[in-house]
Amino acid sequence: MTVMERVRAPFAGLRGENLITPLAFLFITALVILMPAERSGWDLGGVVSFLTFFATTVAIFSIFTLGLNVQWGYTGVFNFGIAGFFLVGSFTAAIFTKGAPPPPDPVTGRPYVEYIGGFGDELDFLPFLDSGEWLPFIVGTAAAALMCGLLALLLSIPTLRLREDYLAIATIGIAELLRNIALEEQGLVNGPRGLLGIPSPLSGLFEPADYKYIYLLIVVAVLILVYVAVERGIRSPWGRVLRALREDELATAASGKNVFAFKMQAFVFGAMIMGVGGSLYAYELRAISPEGFSHFFSTFLFWVMLIVGGSGNNRGAILGAYMVWGIWIISLQLQGYTPARPGPLGFAIPEILQGRIFFIRDFLIGTIIVIVLLLRPQGLLPEERRVSIWVERQARRRRGSSWKPGEGTESPPD
Amino acid sequence: MTAVLQAQAVVSGYGEVEILHGVSLTLNEGEIVAVIGPNGAGKSTLLKAIFGLVPVHAGSVQLLGRDVTNLSPDRVVQAGMSFVPQTDNVFPTLTINENLEMGAFVRRDGLHDRLERVYGLFPDIASRRGERASRLSGGQRQMLALARSLMLDPQVLLLDEPSASLSPKMVDSIFDKIAEINQGGTAILLVEQNAREALSFSNRAYVLATGENRFEGEAKSILDSEEVGRLYLGA
Amino acid sequence: MSMTVLDGRFTEALTRVRDRLAGRGDTVTGIGLWLLIAVLVVGSAAGSTQLFVVGVIVGSILALGALGLTLIYGVLKFGNFAHGDMMMMGAYIAFFFLTGQVARTSREDTQLPWSLDSLPHAVDGIGDLTFGYGLIIAALLAAAAMALLSIALDRLIYRRLRRRRSGIVIFAIASLGVAIAVRSLMFIIWGPDPRVYVSGIHRAQHYPFGVVLKTDQIFIFAVAVALAVLTYLLLFHTKLGKAMRAIADNPDLARVSGINTEQIIVWTWAVGGALVAVAGVLLAVQSQINPLLGFVLLLPLFAATILGGIGNPLGALAGAMVVGIAQEVSIEFFEPAYKPGVAFLILILILLVRPRGLLGAKI
Repeated sequence: MTVMERVRAPFAGLRGENLITPLAFLFITALVILMPAERSGWDLGGVVSFLTFFATTVAIFSIFTLGLNVQWGYTGVFNFGIAGFFLVGSFTAAIFTKGAPPPPDPVTGRPYVEYIGGFGDELDFLPFLDSGEWLPFIVGTAAAALMCGLLALLLSIPTLRLREDYLAIATIGIAELLRNIALEEQGLVNGPRGLLGIPSPLSGLFEPADYKYIYLLIVVAVLILVYVAVERGIRSPWGRVLRALREDELATAASGKNVFAFKMQAFVFGAMIMGVGGSLYAYELRAISPEGFSHFFSTFLFWVMLIVGGSGNNRGAILGAYMVWGIWIISLQLQGYTPARPGPLGFAIPEILQGRIFFIRDFLIGTIIVIVLLLRPQGLLPEERRVSIWVERQARRRRGSSWKPGEGTESPPD
Repeated sequence: MTAVLQAQAVVSGYGEVEILHGVSLTLNEGEIVAVIGPNGAGKSTLLKAIFGLVPVHAGSVQLLGRDVTNLSPDRVVQAGMSFVPQTDNVFPTLTINENLEMGAFVRRDGLHDRLERVYGLFPDIASRRGERASRLSGGQRQMLALARSLMLDPQVLLLDEPSASLSPKMVDSIFDKIAEINQGGTAILLVEQNAREALSFSNRAYVLATGENRFEGEAKSILDSEEVGRLYLGA
Repeated sequence: MSMTVLDGRFTEALTRVRDRLAGRGDTVTGIGLWLLIAVLVVGSAAGSTQLFVVGVIVGSILALGALGLTLIYGVLKFGNFAHGDMMMMGAYIAFFFLTGQVARTSREDTQLPWSLDSLPHAVDGIGDLTFGYGLIIAALLAAAAMALLSIALDRLIYRRLRRRRSGIVIFAIASLGVAIAVRSLMFIIWGPDPRVYVSGIHRAQHYPFGVVLKTDQIFIFAVAVALAVLTYLLLFHTKLGKAMRAIADNPDLARVSGINTEQIIVWTWAVGGALVAVAGVLLAVQSQINPLLGFVLLLPLFAATILGGIGNPLGALAGAMVVGIAQEVSIEFFEPAYKPGVAFLILILILLVRPRGLLGAKI
């Protein structure tokens, strides 16, 4: 060991930069809880309600960042068209769960709403098991995943071999094109007005006041499933090829692996995950319009989440979603601090800034991503260097039980 | 003999990896000095450290009596030293003429005269001066790279494996050209894998291994030395 | 895995098709491309002359944007995703110099005590143009401002990433971050409502073959061509330009040759910044000043740049014209909402068939 290493060794765990993550997490969490609590006059019931919605959205967005992590974090596919998959996933789920469109206006003959699908009512195959409450949603989510997977498959052909910057602009273009189609073709998903009245799974079985907790449980359950699927996938032999691909595409190709096939698989897998996320989003919001799937909100924001949280790390993906959405919510809360109703220590947002808060937030998000890229590109939770579950078990056996799973380690020697 | 270039106990490397652990050498006026040694000895790194492309952590480099340690390459060129890298040493989409112009970029004056002088030394490329450099063969590119480095009439020329990946015939041409340049008064420091050839027309040589000086002396005696031959020159 | 076998055979077939295309030679794709373009130009000029002319005007604006984009892309190897928003920022800064207005609340503006439009006759249209010398001065000031802003952004951000030898991806994401920051800044300072330099309706002139054009538009075309030629002359006939091309070829060798690459890069951003401002001002003259307009242009700008060949200003002009004409003429066949789809199709086609574009360097 060099002199420097010997000096550093006892302090290995306490480096300043290791404190950034827990501190940032605590800061955001504190604000997310305290601000709505204070603004609502310490109405704890209201705050719990609020936090439930917050957690639900964070969980749904985490599903997206996990999907992006498979595509980019692990495989290096530079997907800047997440908005396209988000849109397709959400609307597919919607048209499978909503009932058929109502008949047109008897007087003018013009339809009130126009959209394809509307299979929700027809999917009630097992009425004695209340299948109307769950079957359409399983079908809807599965359909969303399938559609997104199909879209990714089709897109792979022209785009996956492109250099990253070309792939970025191509995927931006695709997402915009899909959005244009959804907006323009009235008969598809009702154009700019979008789809309203999307039902939610199991909603009929509970009181409206209690439902939000049930939905949170559903979403968290799905998130856990997705997380386990991705973790398993990444530690499998398939996953190892993906990561080798990202490190050195040429070397991987030289060792005989069909690079394109693996990239396509990762792209499709990630896209299907995004489809699942999109479906849950549709069930949560119950009203979606193509207008809402802008590049900034439905693509860029997920990239910020993944990079802030730590790309190449699944827990980082979830943490990033939490932190960035936390900032988003905090900025919404700031609106409540008007000069007429100041907060502690007279904190208030002056009138001149009131109308600009959202733009200031967007400005901050743009600045944050640049700062993170400059100062801490690995994100809050850096990429793990794990190899595979089998190798970990072998290493553990060799070293005895002093080594805990869940910690980043160097790849064990051959 | 005046020393035009001196490296003293140079410690250098990339990032945290140290490659040179204190290497010294001297280049005198009008000399050709070769740096040879096994792969990974740090020969190329030494040239780059002298030229300012790789950071020097300790030790110093003097050019014509002036301290140029860690000076940026454009300042080093202005101080009178040029460098020809081993690969990617021409601008492919620029014409031959433009390539040479880039060699004289730091000076505003006398471009025409400089061009004529250099074309005089390299008649082969003079006839194709309007063509893109990408059209040249490997040997011709090496000539162009050499020509470019001479545009400012440097006192010291650093050459990184000039004969690498050239056909034997081209290798002879390149070495002849190098000797010709040296006759014009330029002191040359060259790193070569092709040790025997390099030693045959150099004045002196240094043998480097694992980032340290091993041998130095008259080129002929190094060529004749059995010990060096066995350890470092190969077949 | 059976899926791998399926993929294998599938990709084999794909590779065979691609090899057949590539094997036919680079010259063939080049000739084919020019032929297609000739068909497009002649066909639309004859068949839908007015749309063709509008396409040329749109192409002129795209060309102005693509000039800056191709310069930066060529020298720094970095597709600047903030380019569209920077164009708009240039337009807003010119607006500010001209009118001295910034938004105070969502309903009213704050006005500086003095601005260019206070000068006598500054806003009177020159000849048949809608704008006067006031806007011209404002545009020049905006060019200087955007040059400085571009240099500052490079210093703060891109140069640091360059030092670390960061990959294309990091640059892309960083520039997207800059894009959203710039866009938000425009919203913050001037508010979300669109603005114009000169209000009121302006009549267009009638020309033969059913062409209707405003004099502004002819001016835009002339400026686009002039700047394309000037940029070409800069790159191929000046020492600075040759150094830029040298850095585009091989930045390490440029350093070794004695070129102060960072200084040349500063000049590159300066020229790029000036071009971006002029492009933005003329875009605003043709259309309006609106923070969202920049991002919308990103796809056509990249399509034009890549079609023309990255690093070649005349290519950027040609590529932009093609994209502009194709987009406008497409409304004969598709809904206007799908115009961006046309740019996208052109982009994908070029990337698949001939990534070096019309006049780009042989890869």
